[in-house]
Amino acid sequence: MTALLEVEDLRVAYGKVEAVKGISFRVEEGQAVTLIGTNGAGKTTTLHTLSGLLAPSAGRIRFRGQDLAGVPAHQVVALGLAHSPEGRHIFPRLSVEENLLLGAFLRKDADGIADDTERAYVLFPRLRERRTQAAGTLSGGEQQMLAMARALMCRPRLLMLDEPSMGLSPLMMKKIMATVRELKAAGTTILLVEQNARAALALADQAYVMETGRLVLSGSGRTLLDDDSVRKAYLGEA
Amino acid sequence: MIPKTSTPAARALVVCGAALSLVSPFLAWTWTSRYPGNLTVYGYPGGSQLLTLAGALLAAVFTAAVLGVPGLRALAPAGAVRALRAASLAALTATWITVGAIAVDLGGVVNVEPGGWLAAGAVLLLAAGAHALPDDTVTEPPPAARLPRAAEGALITVVFLAAMYVLTYGITTDSAQDFLAFLPAAGFGVRALAAAGLTARFGALTARNRIAVAVAALASALVFPFTQTGDQYTAIADNILVFAAVALGLNIVVGLVGLLDLGYVAFLGTGAYTAALVSGSTFSTFDIGPWPFWATALLGMGVSLVAGLVIGAPTLRLHGDYLAIVTLGFGEIFRITVNNLDGTSGPRLTNGPNGINSVPNLTVFGFDLGTRHTLLGVTFGRFANYYLLLLAVIAVIVFVYARAGNSRIGRAWIALREDEKAATAMGIEGFRYKLLAFGLGASLAGLAGTVMAHLQTNAVPENYKFADTAPPNSAFLLAAVVLGGMGTVSGPLVGAALLYLIPAKFAFFSQYQMMLFGLALILMMRFRPEGLVPDRRHRLEFHDEQVAAAEARRTAAEATA
Repeated sequence: MTALLEVEDLRVAYGKVEAVKGISFRVEEGQAVTLIGTNGAGKTTTLHTLSGLLAPSAGRIRFRGQDLAGVPAHQVVALGLAHSPEGRHIFPRLSVEENLLLGAFLRKDADGIADDTERAYVLFPRLRERRTQAAGTLSGGEQQMLAMARALMCRPRLLMLDEPSMGLSPLMMKKIMATVRELKAAGTTILLVEQNARAALALADQAYVMETGRLVLSGSGRTLLDDDSVRKAYLGEA
Repeated sequence: MIPKTSTPAARALVVCGAALSLVSPFLAWTWTSRYPGNLTVYGYPGGSQLLTLAGALLAAVFTAAVLGVPGLRALAPAGAVRALRAASLAALTATWITVGAIAVDLGGVVNVEPGGWLAAGAVLLLAAGAHALPDDTVTEPPPAARLPRAAEGALITVVFLAAMYVLTYGITTDSAQDFLAFLPAAGFGVRALAAAGLTARFGALTARNRIAVAVAALASALVFPFTQTGDQYTAIADNILVFAAVALGLNIVVGLVGLLDLGYVAFLGTGAYTAALVSGSTFSTFDIGPWPFWATALLGMGVSLVAGLVIGAPTLRLHGDYLAIVTLGFGEIFRITVNNLDGTSGPRLTNGPNGINSVPNLTVFGFDLGTRHTLLGVTFGRFANYYLLLLAVIAVIVFVYARAGNSRIGRAWIALREDEKAATAMGIEGFRYKLLAFGLGASLAGLAGTVMAHLQTNAVPENYKFADTAPPNSAFLLAAVVLGGMGTVSGPLVGAALLYLIPAKFAFFSQYQMMLFGLALILMMRFRPEGLVPDRRHRLEFHDEQVAAAEARRTAAEATA
């Protein structure tokens, strides 16, 4: 059986600077896979390349058996690969509901969209309270909820979350991570990029550690949590 | 500084000032009818005295509200004192500008009669009293009571008719003095209504009754030609409508999608030249036409659409300032090209600088727009005929704008304006939707252009510059959109009316006009960047803290309700 997402020897460069230096990994259907690493390791670049916002300089990305080479970003979404970008990137001057509708932009089934909007409000009751409010007036945590809910609106086969806990209070961070677990339990396939390594490893089936453009370590989330080098470098333990 | 007065004294001042201000317009302000408007008559207000009277009436109403007259308190849901202050300033500016102009024009204050002195003093008392009253602003005005549907419709119609009356006053004022008094009076008048919370209420009312708004707006606009006996002011109104139609088209490109187009006038020109070429004019290169209006309009829109797509396809891959520079360039290329297609510097098509003249009048459904028609006992001259046609054109543009703005496409446009990367990640193909907006905007401008060529009976390169002292030109078009309020329908209409009337009425300023225009833009960007008629979404951009606080209050209120 082929994996949902297969990345083979992916290289991405900004001009002459290579940010991703040949990485390979797989995401199986129903799995939660996490990519951890420090700032500048190339995690966000990897996600941007997967969703078509950046073009790879070499390597292969296969999603649902299809080669993504040359597929523009707006068509990658249509294939079922949703990206909730770092820094949330919600549409600040549109209402919460309009943001959600934009998440379902490529869908034509009005009933299905209405159902999924309802599901988003069940998942995030706070968003229902603020339905007509401009998204820019939400708190950071609420904006993150909106970014995730919006990404789910296209009924993705694979949900890529980039730093969902960035800039949030510890309480809000717990809440967001709990939601990610909930999504996983509901069967969503997730590729999670996180700096909060402990939380990410705790929920991941499979984890990769990225350092300066390379994957240096991989294993199940449990194994990496117990790994000495990971504990030293990413979990702040002596 | 206004000295702190205790409230009873301030109230007495206001009552006294309001009463005297109401009386003063009925007295003579000067002895000679040489001052425009004839202010020499006792017992009947004339000229700018009407402005003082209107300001005083508004102030009197809010005074009554401040004093707690039963029933009138409801006229100022957000607090009457600030409204009273603005109304008093409306009366003050109108009166003092008029009295000052009498003294300057006629050579000395000796020309001001006792009535004028009384007026000047009365409005000063009124303003002083109003500013000494303690502020009673209510941050959360109570929600307005729902009226029956018919009553709401009638109310909307009355408001539109009143607005039309004020606009007509501005259009038909032919002395610069009167117009100079009119502008601040109208401005402070509107501010008074806003401070009282009435504009917010009216906004809520219009949001509930979209169709009634469209009908009322169209109906009150239709009243204008019935009030005119000659062609003089109808011609001005026609030019405003052409300008407004193009500004509304530009509003799609700038207001919704956020593409800064500095060469938009080229599409107006494309439409105008296309129409002129098939009009059957003897100066046209082609010996075809005259075509019926619908054919000319479709061709004009089609050619402009093609021009929009041809210019848009390579340029829309650029962003921000780069796009602005390239569109500025294309706008000028259009003008220079039509200037050169004269048979010597290029192929003969447009007659170069002479343009295509003697464009005949349009024929719409068998009506020759150049001849007089009598309708309901009123004679419609040439300009009134074009006025009606232009109203129909604007109605089409507003309809397209409203439909597009509230649709899936409209959301995609706004998303692209807000955050292009996130929009792409939602599956929105930026280039395609931008090109769609660019083409739609271009064809609407082309439609306005076809009418413009026939209205002005010519198509000449000089009409389609980047910047000039009179609209329409690209700089004024953009200014009308930004001044009026990006992303709204009424904003560009208001902006176009103001930007047409101000240069037209103050012709004596012409050498300083561009300087004053620049100054006005700078002041506007400093103090009211969201434009005169703010869009809810743009208000957030410029005043996000206040809006956030207001939205939080609103949600809290909704949660408890």
